[in-house]
Amino acid sequence: MRYELDFTAPLVYWPDLLLGAATTVGLSVTATVLGFGLGVVCAVARSGRTGAAARVAGAYVEAIRNTPLLVQIFIVYFGLASVGFKIGVFTAAILALVINVGAYTGEIVRAGIESVPRSQLEAAQCLALSRWHVLRHVVLPPAIERVWPALTSQYVLLMLASSITSQISTEELTAVANRIQSDTFRSVETYLIVAAAYLALSLLMRVLFWAAGSFAFPRRRRLGVPL
Amino acid sequence: MTGLTPEQLLFLLRGFGWTIVLSLLAFAGGGVLGFALALTRVYAARPLRFAAMLYIRLIQGTPLLIVLFLTYFGLPALGLVVDPLVAAAIGLSIYVSAYLGEIWRGSLEAVPRTQEEAAICLALKWHQRLLHVILPQAVKIATPPTVGFMVQIVKNTSLASTIGFVELVRAGQMINNATFRPFIVFVLIAALYFAVCYPLSAWSQRLERSFDVGHR
Repeated sequence: MRYELDFTAPLVYWPDLLLGAATTVGLSVTATVLGFGLGVVCAVARSGRTGAAARVAGAYVEAIRNTPLLVQIFIVYFGLASVGFKIGVFTAAILALVINVGAYTGEIVRAGIESVPRSQLEAAQCLALSRWHVLRHVVLPPAIERVWPALTSQYVLLMLASSITSQISTEELTAVANRIQSDTFRSVETYLIVAAAYLALSLLMRVLFWAAGSFAFPRRRRLGVPL
Repeated sequence: MTGLTPEQLLFLLRGFGWTIVLSLLAFAGGGVLGFALALTRVYAARPLRFAAMLYIRLIQGTPLLIVLFLTYFGLPALGLVVDPLVAAAIGLSIYVSAYLGEIWRGSLEAVPRTQEEAAICLALKWHQRLLHVILPQAVKIATPPTVGFMVQIVKNTSLASTIGFVELVRAGQMINNATFRPFIVFVLIAALYFAVCYPLSAWSQRLERSFDVGHR
């Protein structure tokens, strides 16, 4: 049997595809920003090594990293609703993505924090910097600079993984594709188009992260080498 | 305690069994393909090397969900009749191969160049160098990240539920449709995944520490 590819039918739906792509971008940006914040807090709590905060953060990271995102999304959306917390699909999708990527960010940033030499901390303490100032000016900037490539990959993966939120019918790119393919019966063409869109988005994200990295870390920009 | 009947729990466990089967199939298929990709990226002629790199970039830039849909809908379009298990296994293998290929390429390249040069001086042929000099050292470097990636494979099999393969998540959705107890059902499922993935993660971390490849 020969199959003729015909992209015209799904391409008629280009405004829907564009809207879906915009939603994917919106989901990803929100989850990236909030997840980064959560991850940094988590990493700082964990690098303390002692106390309840480190244990709670450690349990959170392990629980999230060892269960599938799909199940996490279902727990947040269906599970919470069944015990009385009714939230919309978008809130549920963003909440699940933030919780998910926060754990990965926490683990990555923790590795960065551990790579900062002890002597720098001691020097900062000798200068009588407060704990907050040590963290803000001595520990976090080089820590995040070192793990920036890993963070980039993680957030690209997050953008790709946001396709999974289509399973609770968040109207992003994949959900739009599912609808188009059931309207047109051109499933292969539809998913090829969407695959190309995701590929373009992931390339764009890598470029943006590279630009943001060289803007945020002037040392890297001037020397052109990673820390 | 869970409000589920023993039959329903058994149904979940059967789905769990299929999750394990699918994970093993994906690891085997992705492993073979990934190994070929890694060798191609390190040793093959330039155009082949470029093709392998392009394949890896394409797959790594596409969501697994889309790869699964493309295999599930694409194979029948090519005239092949496949059931969801086969489609899921093929889709996951393609996805896994891109990541394992990249991990193993890194491991091959991490073996010091002098080892290869010494083997050339001993007049070993390519396959002898690979088998007796490079691979034994590369395998050691590759083991911790490979075990770590197995966790991703097990978790990613959950997406096979979207193309109708009854693994753990799909089984859970069916139970949930009958019982309307999503919280219990999905937390139970998460716990089952955790029971497989956590030991793998811990093992990967232990391997990483015991080999301590980075600081030798």
